[in-house]
Amino acid sequence: MPVELRGAVAVVGAAETDRIGVVPDMSAIQLHANAARNALRDAGLDKGQIDGVASAGMSPVAVADYLGIEPSYVDGTSIGGGSFMLHVAHAVAALTVGYCNYVLITHGESGRSRLGGEGWAGLPPTSAEGQFEVPYGALGAASTFTVPIVGHMAKYGTTEEQIASVAVATRAWAARNSRAMKRAPITVEDVLTSRLVAWPIHLLECCLVTDGGGALILTTAERARDLSRPPVYILGTGEGVENVGISTMRDLTDARASRRSGERAFRLAGLGPADVDHLMLYDAFAHTPMFALEALGFVKPGESGPFFAEGRSAPGGDLPVNTNGGGLSYTHTGRLGMFAMQESVRQLRGEAEAQVPGIRTSLAHGIAHFFSAAGTVIMSNQL
Amino acid sequence: MATSSSRLLPEPTPETAPFWEGCRRHELRIQRCNDCDRFYFYPRPYCPHCLSDDTEWMTVSGEGILRTYVINHRPMPGFAGEAPYVTAIVELAEGPRLMTNLVNVEPVPANLPVGLAVTVVFDDVTDTVTLPRFQPKDRR
Repeated sequence: MPVELRGAVAVVGAAETDRIGVVPDMSAIQLHANAARNALRDAGLDKGQIDGVASAGMSPVAVADYLGIEPSYVDGTSIGGGSFMLHVAHAVAALTVGYCNYVLITHGESGRSRLGGEGWAGLPPTSAEGQFEVPYGALGAASTFTVPIVGHMAKYGTTEEQIASVAVATRAWAARNSRAMKRAPITVEDVLTSRLVAWPIHLLECCLVTDGGGALILTTAERARDLSRPPVYILGTGEGVENVGISTMRDLTDARASRRSGERAFRLAGLGPADVDHLMLYDAFAHTPMFALEALGFVKPGESGPFFAEGRSAPGGDLPVNTNGGGLSYTHTGRLGMFAMQESVRQLRGEAEAQVPGIRTSLAHGIAHFFSAAGTVIMSNQL
Repeated sequence: MATSSSRLLPEPTPETAPFWEGCRRHELRIQRCNDCDRFYFYPRPYCPHCLSDDTEWMTVSGEGILRTYVINHRPMPGFAGEAPYVTAIVELAEGPRLMTNLVNVEPVPANLPVGLAVTVVFDDVTDTVTLPRFQPKDRR
């Protein structure tokens, strides 16, 4: 008999750094610690109660020591921008079986100001990507993550206008968020006349590069009842891994790691896409939410272009997506996954600046390193 | 394509050296598994389909089709002055796909339909490194 994980664990503390965007006076690890302090305050917990620490881009050992915490559980899973979704998945398992009691998950990155941090190890010229992708100019996200789009356009008739509409809808949400870096509304034409970066992707379809951080604190649902904040229950989690680099994607139009992560999260939650009120889909570029929407089963393969073009993700649409303004317009430090989950928690607590009324269930999806891996977390304010 | 001192070049490892040595001789060589009769790429001694180590290097046709691509307008290291250029995934006639550049064609979408038949051309970028790039099979 498998252990029941649905609703066994809750988010009891969630916070971002005091400032976000351009923070030239804080190092990467300070951003971790700033967010951690804010999350502890949010949860009403003392750091002495934290016995589990997880982070990516920075060793959880370094984070724990900086905070003066001596944990008995660490998770340094570092697969890319969606690592934090996997930290939640692993923490749910650890907390449910009593391996630890309170897990602190931190993110901090000086992506814009480049102050400290372990940075990205890059792709050594001996690695598979270093030998078989980088020499052809597939270096850096803008010319790597983007490679599958034309395949999607050819297979499904997806248009440049449809892809641009993702950026337009996301900006419309950012316009409602005072902390978003880019808030001026934009049109499809604005997007398509912005500078070409890697056709078919233009500048306004690329994520921001920012500084900031965020932290989550998780504990069992049982302990959560005695804490100050309304619990945000974890109903289901999943992770998936597929390819190294982008040329080894098994199907260039199907994000299989995303698909696998979503299938498990829905199965654990006992829910399907129709039960989800709010979506956070990792938007490193305008097309990445499209691939995720299809892989997670919200629309059939090939239908994500019309979905976004019809405004269904935008304010007033039937399935709000990236309501904080996403990586395209809110913030993108380098590892966006933490900010996606922060917004899910705010929405489920009823505290978001662009609050979706009557929301009950939110899904946060993080992809990692050019579709190579992914994690999904389904949360709810009710059991 | 022009060479540049800042170009990021591959450093062969023992399991990939036969591929790069083949390129230097202007032969496209990839591996095939004798147990499950399938080709695969990138190079490794164990078949990713069945983990057999009964694999052999084969010189393949160098023919394939264009699967997907981007037209880079922001040059990466080693491509200074060459933008726009095409970073593409080509599917070889034998099945495996590989990342490459599409060359000898004006880099505009109208010239680059998905499914375009392409053929390998070898670019001796240094004395020791030759990269396989591809061009349209029917050059206009």
